[in-house]
Amino acid sequence: MMNAQANSSAFQVGASDNVATLLGEVAPGAEVTVVGPAGKRAIAAREMIALGHKIALAPMNKGEAITKFGVVIGIATRRIEPGEWVHLHNCRSQLDERSGSFDVQTGAPPVAKPG
Amino acid sequence: MLDRAWQGYLRNDGRKGIRNHLLVVYTVECASFVAQEIGRGEPDVHVIGFPGCYDNDYAIRLMLALATHPNVGGVLCVGLGCEYTQPHRIAEAVRQSGRPAESFFIQEHGGTSSSVALGKQLIASLRQRASEDAVRTPMSWADLTIGAECGGSDGTSGLAGNPVVGRAFDSLVESGGTAIFEEVVEMIGLRDLMVSRAASPAAAGQLGATYDKAFNYCKAVRQYSVAPGNFAGGLTTIEEKSMGAFAKGGSKPIEGVIRVSEQPPHAGLWLLDSVPDEHFMQFGYTNPNDTEGIMDLIAAGAQIVLFITGRGSVIGSPVSPLIKITGNERTYRNMTEDMDFNAGRVLSGELTMDQAANELTELIADVASGQMSKPERLGHREFFLMYKHQDVPSLEAGCRM
Repeated sequence: MMNAQANSSAFQVGASDNVATLLGEVAPGAEVTVVGPAGKRAIAAREMIALGHKIALAPMNKGEAITKFGVVIGIATRRIEPGEWVHLHNCRSQLDERSGSFDVQTGAPPVAKPG
Repeated sequence: MLDRAWQGYLRNDGRKGIRNHLLVVYTVECASFVAQEIGRGEPDVHVIGFPGCYDNDYAIRLMLALATHPNVGGVLCVGLGCEYTQPHRIAEAVRQSGRPAESFFIQEHGGTSSSVALGKQLIASLRQRASEDAVRTPMSWADLTIGAECGGSDGTSGLAGNPVVGRAFDSLVESGGTAIFEEVVEMIGLRDLMVSRAASPAAAGQLGATYDKAFNYCKAVRQYSVAPGNFAGGLTTIEEKSMGAFAKGGSKPIEGVIRVSEQPPHAGLWLLDSVPDEHFMQFGYTNPNDTEGIMDLIAAGAQIVLFITGRGSVIGSPVSPLIKITGNERTYRNMTEDMDFNAGRVLSGELTMDQAANELTELIADVASGQMSKPERLGHREFFLMYKHQDVPSLEAGCRM
């Protein structure tokens, strides 16, 4: 069972990453303990963020690289503040044009469009 | 170095298996009902087949690889009688591997009921011969080929599930075994990282070419290997999913790239390329579902496949046991019946990554020793095979008309 502490923590994979992955769901305003190779720090979640989803650790301007695992996983599509949820609504792939339009909550594509 | 040992099955072709299954192979969809009925109520009988009437080298090659798999002791091939793929020729190729095999066309033996009855008789005789042929032999990690596949990935997969499997792969390779991972379309964005892992300049060339083919394929079909469930689980882009997926390959040098139904030429870590090659018909989707990838790994000789699923999954596999691993505690709690291993304990701080990998290798050895994995116990044997084209040497067995 995940304990209460783990529920409000997030893991930063690379020391220079500007996002961390939530290890449990957090409520708006909750303090998140970020652990990883860059050490331990605290950040306030600006909104509800689910387990496995990403929280911004630093401010990012539109067009700036979003880094996880020490590699660029996407580009910010608008200004992102620390503590915000980073997902389809504010981060796009450099390769895959299609998935940027998917539903931010469910991941479902907007229309049935096989292949 | 891992030190467990257990008793396996030595085949006449020298390969060693951890199960002694019988396989029913149907050569067209029209024969699939009879094939499934033959296997009904026979726990050691697994059923695979190809739905197409017009044959396909890739599909025949895959069926032959499974029919001569080290976990298989005998084979029955069932055809309708009209199709291109010839059951008698598959049976002949299986006999050449030293395993007993039988075959028949349904149209030559009456209808459904008489064909099922004939099939049941043949299975009983194959079981007798396979048990007489089964030589028990000591096995260790060096005799194992293990595959790794991920599916239903979420934000925990790249942090816990896949890295734990990667460490188990490292131990397997250090112990002289063979490890295979695939899903090149889930390495998109990581070309330099892939090539940097090559064991030799030749392997580097293969890895680069394999990446380029997969990337061009994804661009051409405008489909990257990332699905709604991945997004719902917190993965935002294919680049992010790729980094998590690649972690299951561990940290050892990659010896080279094999194609579907080829066996690794020697021990170590290998990448399997299941992406279709350019062809005038352009058929075949690269990872149409998890089951296809799992069957590709088994066709490469994997006696066990590790399946990492953050979101959770309820599949299994014929021929070789599937061990299901999740890095998501909630998924483990919700689907304990189906999940063999909870790697989420690494994220909650209960276990270190190394402790989790050690526990996983013990579980692998238990399953190799005969303990059923959860999908095996539940009777899961999902199978999927469709038309695809890969440029590999022509079939020696000649199973076409």
